[in-house]
Order: sequence, then C-alpha cells, then structure tokens
Amino acid sequence: MSFRWETIAGLLGVGLVAWGHYNGLFVAPPEAMMGDVGRILYVHVPTAWVGLTTYLLAFIAAIGALWTGKVGWDALVEASVEVGVVLNGLLLFQGSIWAKPTWGVYWTWDPRLTTSAVMVVAFGAIVVLRRMIDQPSRRLTLSAVATIVAFVNVPITYMSVKWWKTLHQNFSSPETVSSTMVTPLRVAAFGMLFLMVWMVTTRWRIGVKRLGEEAAAADMPAPPSPLSLGGEE
Amino acid sequence: MRQTLAIFRKDLLIEWRTASRTVALMSFAFIVLLILSFAIGAESSALQLHAAAYIWIAVLLSSTLLLDRSFRVEVEAGALHSLLLGPVRPAALFFGKALANFVQLLFLGTITIPLVIVLCDATFQGQVWVMAVALILGTAGLAAPGTLYAAMIARLQGRQLMLPLLLFPLIVPVLVAAVKATSLAMLGDPMNQAEAWLVLLLCFNLIYWCLAGVLFGRVIES
Repeated sequence: MSFRWETIAGLLGVGLVAWGHYNGLFVAPPEAMMGDVGRILYVHVPTAWVGLTTYLLAFIAAIGALWTGKVGWDALVEASVEVGVVLNGLLLFQGSIWAKPTWGVYWTWDPRLTTSAVMVVAFGAIVVLRRMIDQPSRRLTLSAVATIVAFVNVPITYMSVKWWKTLHQNFSSPETVSSTMVTPLRVAAFGMLFLMVWMVTTRWRIGVKRLGEEAAAADMPAPPSPLSLGGEE
Repeated sequence: MRQTLAIFRKDLLIEWRTASRTVALMSFAFIVLLILSFAIGAESSALQLHAAAYIWIAVLLSSTLLLDRSFRVEVEAGALHSLLLGPVRPAALFFGKALANFVQLLFLGTITIPLVIVLCDATFQGQVWVMAVALILGTAGLAAPGTLYAAMIARLQGRQLMLPLLLFPLIVPVLVAAVKATSLAMLGDPMNQAEAWLVLLLCFNLIYWCLAGVLFGRVIES
C-alpha cells in the first residue's frame, strides 16, 4: 500500500475538526440566545459549507465530463455526488436535532431547510441513476447532465421557497458572532473541508479503477455467444 | 423550425390516433382528484382552500405517465435512430417534443379545472387571466425539464421510478409558483401578489427551456 497525499488531508481534517470542536464545546462561550444547544453550530455550519462545496465540485466535474468524456471526470462526478449526498443527509439530521429544542419542531418550511431537502433528493436520484445504467458512455453523459441541472436548480429552489415563505412570515436569526466562536468555527470548517477532500479523493480512486476496468472490458471483442453458434450447427 | 413543427405535429397526431390512451390519462387525473377529495374528507371549506394544490398534484402525477410515453414511442421501434439519421437536429427534436408535451399538459390542466369546480366547489374570486397564465407557464415549466428527463431515462429498466425521482425535486420551484398563482386566482388576490408569481414562473421557464435545450443534444446522442 503506497502512501497517498490524501491521507495527509484526512489526518489533517481529523485533527482540525477535533481541535475546532474541543474549542467550540469547552472554550467558546455558550451562544447568547440558544445556550449550549447553539454549539451544534461548530459541526452544522461546516457541514453546510462543505456540502455545498462538494456539490460545486460535482458541477465542475460534470462539465468536465461532458466536455472531455474522460473517465477521470466521470469518477469525480460519482465521488463528489456521493460524498455531497452524505454530507447533505448529515446536515438535515443535525439541523433537525438542533431545531427541536430551538424552534420546538423538527422541521419547518424555511427556505434553507427546504432547499437542503430538495438537494438531497435531487442528488440522491443521480446516485440511483448511475446504478441503473450499464453502458459507461451513456452513464457519463446522463449523470453529468443530471448533475448540471440539479446544481443550477439549487439557487432557483432557494429563491422560490424564500419568496414563498416571506409572503407569509419573516424568518430571521440574528447572528452576531464573537471571535472566540469564529476561530473554532473556521478551524472546524477547514477540518471538514480536508475530510471531504480525503473522502472524495479516496472514492475517486476507487471510481477511476472500477470505471477504467469497465472501459477496458468494453473495448475487448465480445466473446462468441454460445446461443448464436448453436443455431448454426 | 420546420423540423420542430413536424415533430410537434407528429407527436400530437400519435396522441390523437391513440385517443384511448389520452382518455385513460384524463381518467387518471380525475381519479387523483377524487382520491385527494376522499383523503381530505367532505369538509368543503378545506377542499375549496386547497383546490389549486389538487389541480397541480393531478397534473404532476399524470405528467410522469405522459412524459414517459413521449419517448417510449420513439425507442420501442428504434424510431429515434431513424429520426436522428433523418437528419433531424437534436434541438428541433427537443423543442418539437417539449411543445407537444406542453400542449398535452395544458390540455390536461384545463380539463381538471371543471373537475375541481365540481368536486371541490372551487371558485374564481381573483382574475381569470391569472389562472390562464399560471396554467400555461406552469405546464410549460413542467414540459421542458420533463422532456429532457424523459429522453434520458427512455432506455432504462426502472424508468417508471426514475422519472419522478429525477423530475419532482427539480420542479419544486415551478410547483410552488404555479400553485400560489392558481390559488390567488381562485381565492382572490387582495394584495396583488399574483403578478410577482407569474414573473417568477416566466423566469423559471426561460432557465429551464434554455438549459434543457442546450443539454438535450448530448443526452440524445448518448
């Protein structure tokens, strides 16, 4: 097993997340309005940022895949969509845990919440779509197209739901953040980013290998089918 | 342009010649409305309040069947290959198909209106033109991404499941805006909000039609 650079990213990620969370949980003051419940901020906000970054990566990879048709880009689409869906799922989960004591409900039709929920379904569908297509080139094209459309749809959904809600009620959470809270948050966010890079890269390597083998198998001449031979004899 | 019109005419002609399937689709929309009414119960005020939502749920559920069929007829006999060898430009194919789907969805949406008037006692306290424009823009916003995805999944095994799975999260904005505008037309619009929703719908349509038109070529060639 050779040494890979993403291992450093992974270790760095674990270290930064641990340090950021230690400071967030024990050093930083409790949040003024929410108290200790607000400490979920240190994991929730990084998850949201990095989750969106992962989708952005998927979007860029999808354009690259459509443009070049290379397996490497295709594997990156696969890796980043999968990791993005995981982070997005975690995001919704953490958000619900936080929302119950804070808002009194697990779920509310806040624009950000709704958009996250729509994203997890939209990108989750792409993971399913990839499993359903056997032909490599078609899988590349279709999943790239679906990724591009799903990503473009994110701001549109956000805007529409925001409009939908603001016509009813105003949703605002005043966030004035002190520096003792900002530093652990930033550290945790970078830690999460490194973890994401590690996960995506590891998944990408698996994808390149698997998709490459698949492409090599597709290039080989098909073995003669016993059925068609049987007909001649 | 001529190709677009030819595809458009061909698709509508197929629908016309297989009218029994169209009737079945209309019956499906009718059943969805009935089921929704049963599920909500006989409370007429609740039904009236949500009539706009029922229209769009019925259109949305029926649209998956309609869109799926739009490319299945091409794939079944290998007609798609012949079309592309024709040569029909992919853009013309997309806009022809999407326009045909749009017209069918609009027709479907229109026939649900008398149904909700009868079943839900829906009223029109707002402006009727808002209702009409909401129907046109809403079904158009469904037709463009719907046609793109129908083309994508036409050759898949589990396409009956994949179409709504891919399409529904995508058209959440259209659904929100269309239901709001329709609801304002039905229940009255004292604050004049309807126009804002219609403008929003128009923007979504521009984005979806352009994006789907650009990407369709790649999808159909794969």
